[in-house]
Amino acid sequence: MDTHIWKNIGPLSEIPVRGARRLCFGHEGKPIAVFRTGADTFFALIDECPHKAGPLSEGIIAGNTVTCPLHNWVIELDSGNVAAPDEGNARSLPVRVEGGELFVGLPVRELA
Amino acid sequence: MNMIANPLEHLVVIGNGMAGMRTVEELLKRDGAAKYRITVFGAEPHVNYNRIMLSSVLAGDKTIDDIVINTHEWYAENGINLITGDAVTDINRSIRTVTSASGLTVQYDKLLIATGSKPLAPPIPGLGMPGVCAFRDIADVDKMLDAARTQKRAVVIGGGLLGLEAAWGLKQRGMSVALVHLMPTLMERQLDAPAAQLLQRDLDRRGIAFFTEGQTEEITGTTHAEGVQLADGRFIPADLVVLAIGIRPNIDLAKACGLEVNRGIVVTDDMRTSDPDIFSVGECVEHRGSVFGLVAPIWDQAKVCAARMAGDINALFAAQALSTMLKITGVDVFSAGALTAADEADDEITLRDDNRGMYKKIVIRDGKLVGSVLYGDVSDGQWYLQLMRDKTDVSELRDRLVFGRAFAEAGSAVSTGPDFAAMADDTQICGCNGISKGTICCAIKDKDLTTLSEVRAHTKASASCGQCTGLVEGLLAFTTGVTTEKKIPAICDCTTAGHDEVRAAILAQSLKTMDAIRETFGWKKPDGCHKCRPALNYYLLCAWPGEYVDDSRSRFVNERVHANIQKDGTYSVIPRMWGGMTTPAELHAIASVAEKFQIPSVKVTGGQRIDLLGVKKEDLPAVWADLNAAGMVSGHAYAKGLRTVKTCVGSEWCRFGTQDSTGLGIKLEKMCWGSWTPHKVKFAVSGCPRNCAEATIKDMGIVCVEAGYDILVGGNGGIDVRVTDPLTRVATEDEVMEYAGAFMQVYREEAHYLERTAPWIDRVGIDYVKKRLVDDAEGRAALNARFLYSQSFAQSDPWAERANGTDAHEFARMPELV
Ligand code: SRM
Ligand SMILES: Cc1cc2nc3c(=O)[nH]c(=O)nc-3n(C[C@H](O)[C@H](O)[C@H](O)COP(=O)(O)OP(=O)(O)OC[C@H]3O[C@@H](n4cnc5c(N)ncnc54)[C@H](O)[C@@H]3O)c2cc1C
Ligand code: SF4
Ligand code: FES
Repeated sequence: MDTHIWKNIGPLSEIPVRGARRLCFGHEGKPIAVFRTGADTFFALIDECPHKAGPLSEGIIAGNTVTCPLHNWVIELDSGNVAAPDEGNARSLPVRVEGGELFVGLPVRELA
Repeated sequence: MNMIANPLEHLVVIGNGMAGMRTVEELLKRDGAAKYRITVFGAEPHVNYNRIMLSSVLAGDKTIDDIVINTHEWYAENGINLITGDAVTDINRSIRTVTSASGLTVQYDKLLIATGSKPLAPPIPGLGMPGVCAFRDIADVDKMLDAARTQKRAVVIGGGLLGLEAAWGLKQRGMSVALVHLMPTLMERQLDAPAAQLLQRDLDRRGIAFFTEGQTEEITGTTHAEGVQLADGRFIPADLVVLAIGIRPNIDLAKACGLEVNRGIVVTDDMRTSDPDIFSVGECVEHRGSVFGLVAPIWDQAKVCAARMAGDINALFAAQALSTMLKITGVDVFSAGALTAADEADDEITLRDDNRGMYKKIVIRDGKLVGSVLYGDVSDGQWYLQLMRDKTDVSELRDRLVFGRAFAEAGSAVSTGPDFAAMADDTQICGCNGISKGTICCAIKDKDLTTLSEVRAHTKASASCGQCTGLVEGLLAFTTGVTTEKKIPAICDCTTAGHDEVRAAILAQSLKTMDAIRETFGWKKPDGCHKCRPALNYYLLCAWPGEYVDDSRSRFVNERVHANIQKDGTYSVIPRMWGGMTTPAELHAIASVAEKFQIPSVKVTGGQRIDLLGVKKEDLPAVWADLNAAGMVSGHAYAKGLRTVKTCVGSEWCRFGTQDSTGLGIKLEKMCWGSWTPHKVKFAVSGCPRNCAEATIKDMGIVCVEAGYDILVGGNGGIDVRVTDPLTRVATEDEVMEYAGAFMQVYREEAHYLERTAPWIDRVGIDYVKKRLVDDAEGRAALNARFLYSQSFAQSDPWAERANGTDAHEFARMPELV
């Protein structure tokens, strides 16, 4: 059973290589960013650095990491984990590509 | 009522400071969590922080966040119950409880008193007034920073380590600072008279006014401090008075509950007080008649105390010889042990060079080194300290010892440089952070660290004042077995290649892409990192003008979106105002933009132009379009490029002006705007030597004189203020323009990325710059020509491009398609 709502945010070409963009909608009150690496992999994270909420979508992307523009914390795009020696996690959200378009999955809470 | 007995003993710690929490950390390392549950009371409303670094916070080199040692999460993760902002007011030893100011009472099995010390205050009137504070905790620093923001004059009472660091910090924050000291010389307990005089001379040159042999009689004022009255009649006006005359162990609680106290809380070698269930560590204790005021011995106490608590019955504390350093950038002082010969049997050897501001003294007793005072060059300090601690017989080295290790040991079989193998594990390497050899080596081994920056990140060693960087590098080489000869620093951790090497290869091998560079030098990461990418991008741009296509993805956000990111994610916008000149039409346009886009702040900058702060990213292109429409372009206030050209009114209006400084400034700005440089570049042109445009602290400053123009280079405001070096004097504006272009280009071609002209000239020497620009007219013309050529590709307004749709994706969010 899929526990995500999938949102279509448009063609892959809208995101520059080694680039990122913030989305018009957020998740649980937080902004979302999608990232595209040099190897053409896509990721989505809550667009707030675990340090002081810096906009990760503005950071420099290298390999599978992004460097926060405010104080240079390095965040792994796949897990959202902050690289040592700093600690923390920027929540990651699942993405999938269908027909050249990118979808971001927002987790749904199950109503018991 | 608790129905289930908790199997763990309860350890209660009074004092959430450096000693107490270091003891807890040591205890956790020994699996103390299996034996104790821990409650910590702290009188301050903060988590524990590095008190030592308050000096750096005051001086603006660090923020409070930087100096936090353990975060709230750390306490939570380790199951420690932290109660902040609540001082313990009573210890009841018969029923083994402590009670806090808020009325909380908890029972303990073991108690640790780590209450530190209290600042001493002289017995004079006026102490309680606003505007008077000590220098001990965050609250004091807040008071001092507040005063520095709104007021001008500070007086520091006390010329010891703390007083000097307070004075320097306040000076750095822009106050005018006087320092009153009771004794004839500064830091008299750590320095002998010659070293103290050099110190005073250097600080005097940096603008601190000294009142030695000054006994404070009263702090005057009615509702707020107004000045300091000295006994000899001198009066010093002050808005802020900082007391730093010393500290007294904080023994109140211990005394009240009947523990044995003297000057401090008396402890035995196992860090127990007269009650075996109560331990004590830190500045509040007295051990074998000594009290403590530096962290090095306190770290040892914490180790012993934790070992004892964990059940190790062999751990014993023994005080070691200590050294002192002063944390004032550019002032190197070291002192350990005896300052002077005690009698004729002692041998005192000094080496002194007043011009270089260098002084060294060693004291030898019975063939052993017992003291050392160093000023100016302190690189041998830790070696001397080790000789003292090890009580090494130095009779053989006597004649050479004062010249330092390299010289003393040359000729003997011993290699130069510190002997890391022989060095004890607890040898302190980093004094600021109290990091020992053992800690560094363990971190290197356990975490497979291979670079200095990694060691810094994980251990904090050499991360503060940096004086021990060489030692840390040495240890890294020693531990990993990789001998690093004194190597040129690499661009970043992705490579071992240095800046110059890469720049040379770009030209020699015609490397035209980042990939080609990374391949040639065998980069570790195919994509590089946030440090090397902007550097390589710049080097390529500089080497291949018109050819290399700038990679926006390798630019820091400010340079990518052409505005400065602010802490809340909004941006600031600063349009150019050529030479500081503006017009009513431009001001109208700025005003309407600010109103139309509801921009919260409009500010006149320190660079003679106007800043619009708090612009939403989405609004940027429209804001720029409106500014463009009124003829304004980007001021590149975000760029590693030409920022401002400050000017004064000059001969057009000013009664002293000798040349048209405003006009020349505008010409220079029109020639140089839009260029990319290794770091930001600022110019200024003053119309006469009164220098109202502050040309002598700019990357390039022009001071007009009757006979022409003095060209000055390499100045810097900012953190380490550097006054320009004179380059040459020329007669015409055209010559100024040629020198400016040539200077820009030689800096662009040869400095390292993120190196401003000041450190660059410090590195290569002003004589080198003169050789390239003044002595070599042909070379100068060629440099200028290369600059103008590259400018032909650089001078298009990035704002206009973006207002017209370039990089539109940067400024719009992605929608949801339905
Ligand atoms: C806006 C302004 C302050 C003001 O309100 O007056 C300012 C604001 C900033 N300065 Fe500055 N500096 C401003 C004039 C100065 C000056 C004065 C001057 O230029 O005459 C200095 C000292 C002179 C000098 O540079 O030598 C100055 C020395 C610095 C430094 C220290 C540089 C150094 O080499 O030590 C930094 C830090 C850095 O660049 O790494 C800095 C960094 C900054 C940054 C970029 C910090 C940052 O990274 O966010 C600030 C950007 C704020 C923003 O978003 O707009 N700012 N800064 C001034 C803009 C001038 C302009 O019109 O472009
Ligand atoms: C500005 C400055 C610069 C310094 N620079 C250096 C340096 O360069 N090198 C060096 O080695 N040392 C330096 N020191 C000294 C060093 O900071 C101290 O030696 C060290 O902090 C002592 O640790 P401590 O735990 O004993 O005391 P503290 O760190 O002061 O901790 C004691 C804590 O106990 C709390 N407390 C007190 N009474 C109670 C109570 N009844 N209940 C609850 N909590 C209580 C206090 O609020 C405080 O937080 C410097 C100190 C200062 C102030
Ligand atoms: S430097 Fe000062 S005195 Fe000289 S011309 Fe400029 S404003 Fe006048
Ligand atoms: S907010 Fe991201 S590093 Fe500080």
